[in-house]
Amino acid sequence: MSDNMKVLTNGIVKENPTLRLVLGTCPTLAVTTSALNGIGMGVAATLVLICSNLTISLLRKVIPDRVRIPAFITVIAGFVTVVQMLVKAFAPALNNSLGIYLPLIVVNCIILARAEMFASKNRVWPSVLDAVGMGIGFTIALFLMGFIRELIGGGTVLAGTPLSFTVTKTPMLVMLLPPGGFFVFGILVAISNKISKRMGKKPVEKLGCEGCHGDCAACGEGERT
Amino acid sequence: MDIGKILTILLAGITTDNMVLSKFMGICPFLGVSKKINTALSMSVAVIFVMLMATAATYPIYSGLLEPNGLGYLQTVVFILIIAALVQLVEIVLKRFIPPLYSALGIYLPLITTNCAVLGITLLNFTDARITNYGEALFNALGSGLGFLIAMVLFAGVRGRLEESSIPESLQGLPITLISAAIVSLSFLGFAGIV
Repeated sequence: MSDNMKVLTNGIVKENPTLRLVLGTCPTLAVTTSALNGIGMGVAATLVLICSNLTISLLRKVIPDRVRIPAFITVIAGFVTVVQMLVKAFAPALNNSLGIYLPLIVVNCIILARAEMFASKNRVWPSVLDAVGMGIGFTIALFLMGFIRELIGGGTVLAGTPLSFTVTKTPMLVMLLPPGGFFVFGILVAISNKISKRMGKKPVEKLGCEGCHGDCAACGEGERT
Repeated sequence: MDIGKILTILLAGITTDNMVLSKFMGICPFLGVSKKINTALSMSVAVIFVMLMATAATYPIYSGLLEPNGLGYLQTVVFILIIAALVQLVEIVLKRFIPPLYSALGIYLPLITTNCAVLGITLLNFTDARITNYGEALFNALGSGLGFLIAMVLFAGVRGRLEESSIPESLQGLPITLISAAIVSLSFLGFAGIV
């Protein structure tokens, strides 16, 4: 496998941002009440991630080290605003279902963490590939979450698409409510840990944004003072 | 401002609209900093403090400066920059004038810049129909902050108990933490309809 392929697939399986690094938990739990919402959120975040990784990688020699975090946040916030406007204009239904969580992509740990850990240290092309891989990994995880919660909690499969059909008229509504989000995510992480263990890798040890290896000002308690 | 409405906003922020358990904001500190009750408490106090300051700064800027000039779309960029600057400022001021408070909250402050809950509350102040003026926005921030504190402290207690119990191997670590969070969140569903 060439280096570029490695960078691309890294984010999808080995370092899946949601299931292995456990970043960006807020949108993972909040918007996944249907598979379609999950995909919508995933694609929006992927777009922001690609643009921000590209820009930050181009500017990596210009941005002074001391102010890099505010600089990254400004770049990310700019692209989030662009994506927000695009979604409002071309997918108003998605805009309504994502609501407040669309602007909150700014504080999604995945994007800042990739800027800090990858884009600020690598050339442009690998940074873009890294963003694409991470974005796809994030989207797949959100789709899985949304699919399961929609199936058990709403009794439908892929509602809102031409493929949709109803499985049951009396679903377990609690799966669509906040507890269902935590529960399904917990089970998914457990399954992913089990599979990783079979493959000889360690399960997820760090919780939440501590996964940023303590260097990301965004998150965790491992922050240096 | 009538007192009934303010109480409703405060109570909703703590129970039905709980930041962490029903809006999923601030999950990172909720999972990461909830191992001990003391640290959970300090983190929450720091979050409440920054939430109040951020609301105090962003509300007048948006309604007085951005909106009348048709710049509403700059909301996200401006708010996150204000929050980032504010956190730096609070850190410097605390370090210089109130060292004991700084040593208690200091390490949590930089993390708060990109805490969902802080940006979330400043944005929600403009989408929530109940919030109509500056005072109500401030009470909304206070209520949400208290809700965050209660969720953190409750969950730190739950995790304390988890440490001592034997957990199936596959669920150890993060999975059991998330499943316990689901149960805590389930208990908060009981508040539905009281506000």
